[in-house]
This record gives sequence, C-alpha cells and structure tokens, in this order.
Amino acid sequence: MATTDIAVPAAHDEPKRGLSYLEITSGLKSWLLTIDHKRIGLMYLGSVIFAFFLGGVFALLLRAELLTPGKTFVDAKTYNQFFTLHGTIMVFLFIVPAIPAALGNFFLPIQVGAIDVAFPRLNLASFYIYLLGAFVAIYSIITGSVDTGWTFYAPYSTETDTNVIPMVAGAFIMGFSSILTGVNFVVTVHKLRAPGVTWGRLSLFIWSLYATSIIQILATPVLAITLALLIMERAVGIGIFDPKMGGDPIMFQHFFWFYSHPAVYIMILPGMGVISELVATFCRKKIFGYKAVALSSIGLALVSFLVWGHHLFVSGQSEFATIAFSFLTFLVGIPSSIKVINWTMTMYEASIDLKTPMLYALAFIWNFMIGGLTGIFLGVLSVDVHLHDTYFVIAHFHYVMMGGTAMAFVGGLVYWWPKMTGRMVDERLGRVSWALIFLGFNLTFFVQFIMGARGMPRRYYNYLDQFQKFHQFSTVGSWVLGLGFLVLLYALVQSLRSGVKATSNPWHSLALEWQSPSPPPLENFEAPVVVTHGPYDYHLVKTTNT
Amino acid sequence: MGAAGYWLYKHRRRPGDEEKLAKPTPHSTAIEVFWSVGPLLACIGLFHWGVVSYMNMRVAPGDSVQVQVRARKWAWEFEYANGKITDQLYAPVNKPVRLIMTSQDVIHSFFIPDFRVKQDVVPGRYSTLWFQATEAGTYQVFCAEYCGDSHSNMLSKVVVLPPAEYDAKVNEDDTKGVPLVDIGKKVYEGKACNSCHSLDGSPRVGPSFKGLWGKTEALADGSSVTVDENYIRESILNPNAKIAKGFQPVMPTFQGSLKDRHIEGFIEFLKAQK
Repeated sequence: MATTDIAVPAAHDEPKRGLSYLEITSGLKSWLLTIDHKRIGLMYLGSVIFAFFLGGVFALLLRAELLTPGKTFVDAKTYNQFFTLHGTIMVFLFIVPAIPAALGNFFLPIQVGAIDVAFPRLNLASFYIYLLGAFVAIYSIITGSVDTGWTFYAPYSTETDTNVIPMVAGAFIMGFSSILTGVNFVVTVHKLRAPGVTWGRLSLFIWSLYATSIIQILATPVLAITLALLIMERAVGIGIFDPKMGGDPIMFQHFFWFYSHPAVYIMILPGMGVISELVATFCRKKIFGYKAVALSSIGLALVSFLVWGHHLFVSGQSEFATIAFSFLTFLVGIPSSIKVINWTMTMYEASIDLKTPMLYALAFIWNFMIGGLTGIFLGVLSVDVHLHDTYFVIAHFHYVMMGGTAMAFVGGLVYWWPKMTGRMVDERLGRVSWALIFLGFNLTFFVQFIMGARGMPRRYYNYLDQFQKFHQFSTVGSWVLGLGFLVLLYALVQSLRSGVKATSNPWHSLALEWQSPSPPPLENFEAPVVVTHGPYDYHLVKTTNT
Repeated sequence: MGAAGYWLYKHRRRPGDEEKLAKPTPHSTAIEVFWSVGPLLACIGLFHWGVVSYMNMRVAPGDSVQVQVRARKWAWEFEYANGKITDQLYAPVNKPVRLIMTSQDVIHSFFIPDFRVKQDVVPGRYSTLWFQATEAGTYQVFCAEYCGDSHSNMLSKVVVLPPAEYDAKVNEDDTKGVPLVDIGKKVYEGKACNSCHSLDGSPRVGPSFKGLWGKTEALADGSSVTVDENYIRESILNPNAKIAKGFQPVMPTFQGSLKDRHIEGFIEFLKAQK
C-alpha cells in the first residue's frame, strides 16, 4: 500500500476562502431557479422535514386515538385516514427522498470532488416534479382524504368512496422524481470523479447511494405502471384487479410489492451509508472490511428484487412460490449482518468520540439489529402465518425504518449541518434530543412486538380490552418520541440563529467534503481537487502536533 | 451487542487523545469463519423447520370436517354440510376442520391467534385453512386484512365442543319455537347489520332503523318508496335495486344466507324500532 503521509488540517490553519454558495447570490429567484446541487439539496431538506413533521402529527394523532378501545376522540373512518396519511406521507414524501435527495444531493458531488451533479437542470426538474407530486397528494388530503392504507390494496382501493385517484397520482408523479435523481447520481459517480477518486476510494455513503439509484431506476417504473392501472381501474373500470370482470386482486399485490419491497432498500441503504461515514469519522479508523461493506450495498440491491413474495405468504399464492420466497428472504440477512458486524468491528480498538452524530449511529445499530433479527422471525414460514398483519410487523418495520433510516437521517443531518450551514448544532441539546428520541422510540415500538405476538391485528380502530395496557404504554412512548423531535427542531433553529461558527473540519475527518470550507463555495472547492488517499485512511495520517 | 458496548467503553476517546488515530483491525480467518458459518447453520435449521411446519399447516388430513366460510363487510358466515348457517364457527374437539373460504366483496383475512393460523379470504377464488382444536372452549377470530370502516369490528368466535354437543348444535333448528321478533334481533346482530344501521337514529354507512317502518323514503334516483314488507325483503336480497337518498350502493346481498323465517323475523324486529 502507498505510504502517502496525510496531514489533517488543524483548526488554526483554516484555508483562505471567497464567498460561500449561500452568499454568492441572493433573492428568492436565485433559489427557485438555482441549478446548484447544494441549494437544491437544501430545498429538498426543507421539504422532507416538513413532510416528516406532517407524517409525525398523524402518527401522534393515531396513537392518541388508540389510548382506549372504540372511540377516544375520532370515528373509525377518520382513524383509518390517519394511518393511511401517516404511511403515505412518511413513505412517499419523507423516507424515499429524505437521505438521497436531500443529503445525497448535497454531498455526493462533493465527495467525488465534482463541481455539481452530471445534469444540474435535470436535478432541479426532479425537485419540482417531487413538489408537484407532493401538492397533488396534499390536494387529495384536503378534498376527501384517503382510507386505503399506504398499500392501496385492490379491490378495497377501487371501491372506497374516498379520494384515492389524486393520492395515487401524487405517488405516481413523485416516482419520476426518484427515477431522475437515480439517473443523475449514477452518471455523476461514473463520469465526474475527480482525479484520484478511484472506485476503491469512494465513500461508503456513495456506494450506498449508487446501489439505491440502481433500484430507483429499475423498480420505480413498475410502481408507476401499477398505480396507473389502479387509476384506470377506478376511473374507467378496466377490471384488471376485479374478479367480477376476470381480473385478480392478488396481482395488484404482486405488482405493488415488486416495487415496494425494493423500495424498502431505497429507504434503508442510504441510511446504512450515512452510518458508515459516522462510524469511521468518530472512531477515526478505517472501516473494517471496506470492500465487503461496499459490495454488501450492491448485494442488498440485487436481493431486494427477489423477495417481494414474502409479503404474500398468506395471500393464497402457491406453496412452492412461498417456500422459494422464504429461502430468498433469508439471503437478505447476509449483506445486512456483514454491515452490522463490520461497524461493530470498526469500533474495536478505535478512538471513539461520542458526539451527537455518533450517538445516533449507535442508536441505528441497536435498532437495526432488533429490526433485522425480528425479520428472521417473519421469514420463517409457519411463524409468519401467525405474525402476518399483526403489530409484530408494524414494530419490525418501524425498527428498521424509523429506528434505522430516520436515526441515520438525523445523525447525518447533525453531522453535516456545519458543512451545509456553517454553524454547529449545540452538543448538549443534541444529546438531550438523542436520549429522548432513542428512549421514546423503544418505548413506543418494543411493546408492539409483544402485542403482535399475542395476536393484535394491525389497522384496528377498536381492540379487545386485553391489549389496552400495551396500547397505552406505546402511546406514552410516542409522546416522549415527539418531545425528542421538538428538542431537535429547537436545536437546529437555535443553531441557525446563534450557533457557533463551524470550522471547515470540526470532526477532524479525512473525508473529502471536510477538506472544503464550511459552507463550501459555489464550485464546492477553492481549487480543483486531486485526491491521494481514501476517505477512511486514518492509519496513513502523519501525526504532526501531538 | 455486549462486545460493542464493552468496546465503546474501553476505546472511548479520553481527554488528551484528540490526535490519536486508530490502526485498522487485521483480518482473522478463524473469527470470520466462526461468525459466518455459525449463523448460517442456524438459519438453514430455521428455514427447514419453517418449511416443514408450514407444509403441515397447508395440507389438511383427508378426514377433515368441511365448513364453507363467507366473508363480507363486516361479518363472517359459516355454512355446514347440512346447510345450517351460523355466525360463529362451531367445531368438534380433536377432529381436523377444513375451511373453504371466499369473500363477497374486498379481501379479508381469517385469523385465529390461539391456533396460530391465518389465511386471506379473496373475492373470486377459494382459499383454504385447517386446524384441529385440542381443547373445548371459545377462541377469538379476527379479520386481519384491512377492509374498511368496521374492519376492527369484524370479529367472530370459534366454539369448540365435544362431538355430541357439536352434532346437536349443527343439527338444531334455532328458529323453531322462537318469537319472530327475537329471530330478527339475532339476525340484526349476527349478520352485523348493526355495523352500518343504527337503532338510535344516527346515520352510519346506511340509514338508521329507528322510525324507518312505514316511512316514505326518498331514493337516490329522485323517486320514493314506502317502507313495507316487500321493500325490506327486496333490500335484503337485492340491496342495490333501490338506494336511499344520501347513501352509497355498498350493501352486500344476503341471498342464500337468510331463510324466509329469518327475513320475516327481521321485518318484525324492524317494526319494533319506533
């Protein structure tokens, strides 16, 4: 291995700098018509945070309704709309675009040493397509709402008198935003790497975004077809999912999960990428098994296309298909556990700094491990028959998505916040928010495993008395969780108003984005970049001032 | 996890360590084989067990008692070999029971948590499920596939009886010697009319039954109809023929699942709702 000596710039030799991307132009028009990937990333960030807030409000409302069996404060129809809107908003408006479109847009070009993404105008178009889709979806909420669940299963979704078409059309439109972002990222990684950024020196965040982009490009069109068929079924009654006309409702489920299972990896892979960055920076150590972690992202992307049938174990699909899908589902465990074991091994004999982003990374590893292991339960056929469509599945999904991806998103947000805004997030507030969110999350969802194993079905407005103590426990947990996010929001606002100015490299990281000023100039670096080492090569650093 | 916790503590960054940089952990084949092959064997074992127990769950013994199950928003209906129809599932103890299930509207899912069985019930096709209850008693049935407003009230029970009691139950004529109005009340509750039609005047998915009898009801097509015996009978057997103004044509038909005496009883029950 090359023994290039690397010096980490210390705080006192800040590079000389010109105007940052935030200062170079101003005015509303300079934002709305910008083709700078950083500004587009920030506009996405604002949008997904708003979507998360909206989806979170629905989550708190539905948990509050479940305090008592029967009516607590809304009727059954309203409750059904709450969980549908919670799911739809969180999936399509928040978690799919959250990390790739917001943090990825900002940092993927910087981490490859490029000036921008490959197609900056297309990037802006993606953002407006996303906004258009979001507005169409919100229009559906205002004009009658939706009560189908985020899965839109036919024939219920073709029969209900709620406003399904605009909601489905919104998801359809947002799909194109997702596809175009994927294309942009793939081309950027292939074509715009700076001299010295070899495939082996790509950050693991980029590897995960690359894998995500492949899924977005290949799977999202199937969702578009499915949703278009659903709209046609509802609008003109083509009958493809209607048994009365020779159609098959189970076919909708196959179509839907052929996208939506890979989509789960669109949601989790970027989160895993963020965790790799955080673990390396705050352990100041090369990621254990870099190549295995990088390839496990690609592995997850491939396997993700082969397991959709595990959502249909009790739907009546053939026993042979069911057994094959169960086997393939077990394969998911391999790349997932490679990642967890390698993060853990990276911590071994490291120099661990428990700053707020690292705490969120640890929360991710803990929650993801519970989410992953309970996935094995669900992959075992006869066990899934009992647990399918119960709160066990809800808890499993939230441990991976909320406990996993959302933790990674927040961790990445706090980690990269100084680079994006030029200001630090208050460490004390950050830790308080972490403690409340981690505690609140586990209080809310762990008990749902127990409830589900005892047979509590999901999407129930009313429930048997024996489940009330679990539901109440979970609801109280959701308040702690909500409070944690409020503290976090306060910490972010406070940082913007009066946060400490950030140096270019507050975490002493070797990753490329930290070698540029905070916030970066319009063209990301003061001078064209030539890279001589990988983002995690801490063992090659010459320690100059100990 | 324990290891991670310990390493977190042991290798935390102490004051004065600001510039300390960690060395990469070297490769160890022995450890990697240990943590790869161990879980692999465990997973193969779990998969095997899952498949074997799943196949047992799917293939019903040849001598099973067969029961037809019909699901509709938002009630279950069970029909036995002799044509008897019930709202709760009666099953003999220690004998395999095989259910042949279909739905009359959207997808439902038949779930008995105590027996660890679940199967989706799909319109336009039959799905099957079997179980063998080993103890007499009453067990909860849920609908596990979201099916609309009263999804969480689409409940029933499995009543497991000793063989003699089971035979008596399935062969008994439960309308004989019972006043018509009481038969009607059982229909109202058992067929889950109550999930859409209230008795207190408040409209739900359908009009309330309070004060309905003898009323002149305005219809969606602009005409009107007097609520009498023939209108009620038609509304039960062909519910979408006349739709009351302000409501959706969503009611399923009860053709075949109610006998004449049930309908007559129901009409008497309706007359009593003043």
